[in-house]
Amino acid sequence: MKGWRAVGGALSIALYVLLWAPLVMVAVFSFNASRLGSGWGGFTLEWYAALWRNESALAAARNTAVLAVASTAISTVIGTLLGYGLWMGTRQDGRRSGGWIWAERSLQVPVLIPDVVFAVALILWFGWIRQSWSLGEPGMLLMVLGHVSFQIPFVALVVRARAARLDPRWVEAARDLGATPVEAFLKVTLPLLRPGVVAGALLALTLSLDDFAVSFFLSGPGSTTLPVLIYAQARRGLTPDIHALSTLLLVGTVAAVWIGGWWRPRGR
Amino acid sequence: MAGWLTCGPGLLWLTAFVFLPLVWIVGASFLTRGDEGQMGLPWTLENYRRLAGWSELGFDALYPQVLGRTLLMAMGVTAATMVAAMPLAFFIAARSGVWRAVGLGLVVVPFWTNLLIRTYAWQILLGAEGWLAQTARSMGWLAAGETLYPGWTAVFVAMFCDFLPFMVLPVYASVERLDASLAEAAADLGASGWQIFRHAILPQILPGVRAGAVMVLLPATGQFVIPDLLGGGRTTLLGNLIQQQFGPSRDWPFGAALSVAALIVLAMALIWVGRKGGLTRAGEVES
Repeated sequence: MKGWRAVGGALSIALYVLLWAPLVMVAVFSFNASRLGSGWGGFTLEWYAALWRNESALAAARNTAVLAVASTAISTVIGTLLGYGLWMGTRQDGRRSGGWIWAERSLQVPVLIPDVVFAVALILWFGWIRQSWSLGEPGMLLMVLGHVSFQIPFVALVVRARAARLDPRWVEAARDLGATPVEAFLKVTLPLLRPGVVAGALLALTLSLDDFAVSFFLSGPGSTTLPVLIYAQARRGLTPDIHALSTLLLVGTVAAVWIGGWWRPRGR
Repeated sequence: MAGWLTCGPGLLWLTAFVFLPLVWIVGASFLTRGDEGQMGLPWTLENYRRLAGWSELGFDALYPQVLGRTLLMAMGVTAATMVAAMPLAFFIAARSGVWRAVGLGLVVVPFWTNLLIRTYAWQILLGAEGWLAQTARSMGWLAAGETLYPGWTAVFVAMFCDFLPFMVLPVYASVERLDASLAEAAADLGASGWQIFRHAILPQILPGVRAGAVMVLLPATGQFVIPDLLGGGRTTLLGNLIQQQFGPSRDWPFGAALSVAALIVLAMALIWVGRKGGLTRAGEVES
């Protein structure tokens, strides 16, 4: 047993190294004065300064932020309602009618579908709408629609899990005291669901920041996002300011995950 | 009733922007490509015939090969992450307190960082001037003309690292709930190490492994960024083929047929999971 444990431990450390090597390398290279990046040429902040002067990177950062915030706002509202509704439906029906099972199972489709297939389905769909009614040019609006669509199921699943820990007597008490269903939802249910809603929103935000496929296929001229920009650079040849950009993105992601972890224990 | 009402906006949205587009993609796969790449009537089976290898010049194995290669790659990555995730999940579960959170966090953070960043980083790490390739060469593991990147090695390494957290998280969720007394009982009864694992531990973590397998296999079937950036144009998978139809080749109906092939894999996996009791339990780790 002892021997196996040591082997498992060594293997685990090796896996951690594999997971982190790309991230550490990007961060180190963003401070590397050697332009070609084959060796260490001394510490520099030059690439961060270059990034600041890089118009297309700044525009892409702006687009990414607009897209992430807008889609997260919409999907958090819709996804929260959906998650809460699913929980209510499965609870009230008791023995779970077929409709609810299908509604729940259907959420797995957008979660598991390969992103390229989802993106392509949207292109075809919007293409058909464009042919029929001549609206829906590729661009920010379609990207927001696409992002909200893959965010909703994740928000709903997180909120649903949180709702399962909800004591229904709180809502019943509010109703007995004369609150309308809407009032009871806004003043009692929603505050109780808040940790789940916040966790769902953070999840949606990171999903949007991480997305490449949907943005790649649906972006129009002028609505390029950071991942799409990095892709174009990686195909043509990288400039060091991309390392700086990626490092900033990495720091942002670590912060989001950390805040998410910090929120969760308070919710429990 | 109130349940359906609050579900309304979400279900309507998903119907309009997920389910109907997916139905439409099936319809589009039977359409004909126009001269400028647009789609139109008549209905045809031509796209599926091409997918199966028929072409104007007779049989061409290119597309069936890509399909087979994609499945092989996806299953290979799934198997590799499965083998790797088990020791890692047990390693994390064996820590206590803060170290367990750190161990888990060190898996979660790379999982949330942007795939594009991790992928281009492998371009440099595995590149000909990188220390990995130089070390391998000096140790004689790599012949003079060979490279790690671009090629299948780089694609596999990057896909393995990309999907490892998808497997580790559900497996860990199962390991955390493991009832250790069963393993102890098996040991007391004289079972060997392998027998304990096979009969007392594996059945308990199987739901997590199964969930992980689905969460790796399905996205891996459509992965196109990694083969695109790390394969150097020599490695085509189904995802790249789909991307090409909507980019330079501009053949949307054929692209739709290729997507349907990926959807068939998805449907089969969902049916299999549904029979085994669903993903919900193992998926709880995300919430």
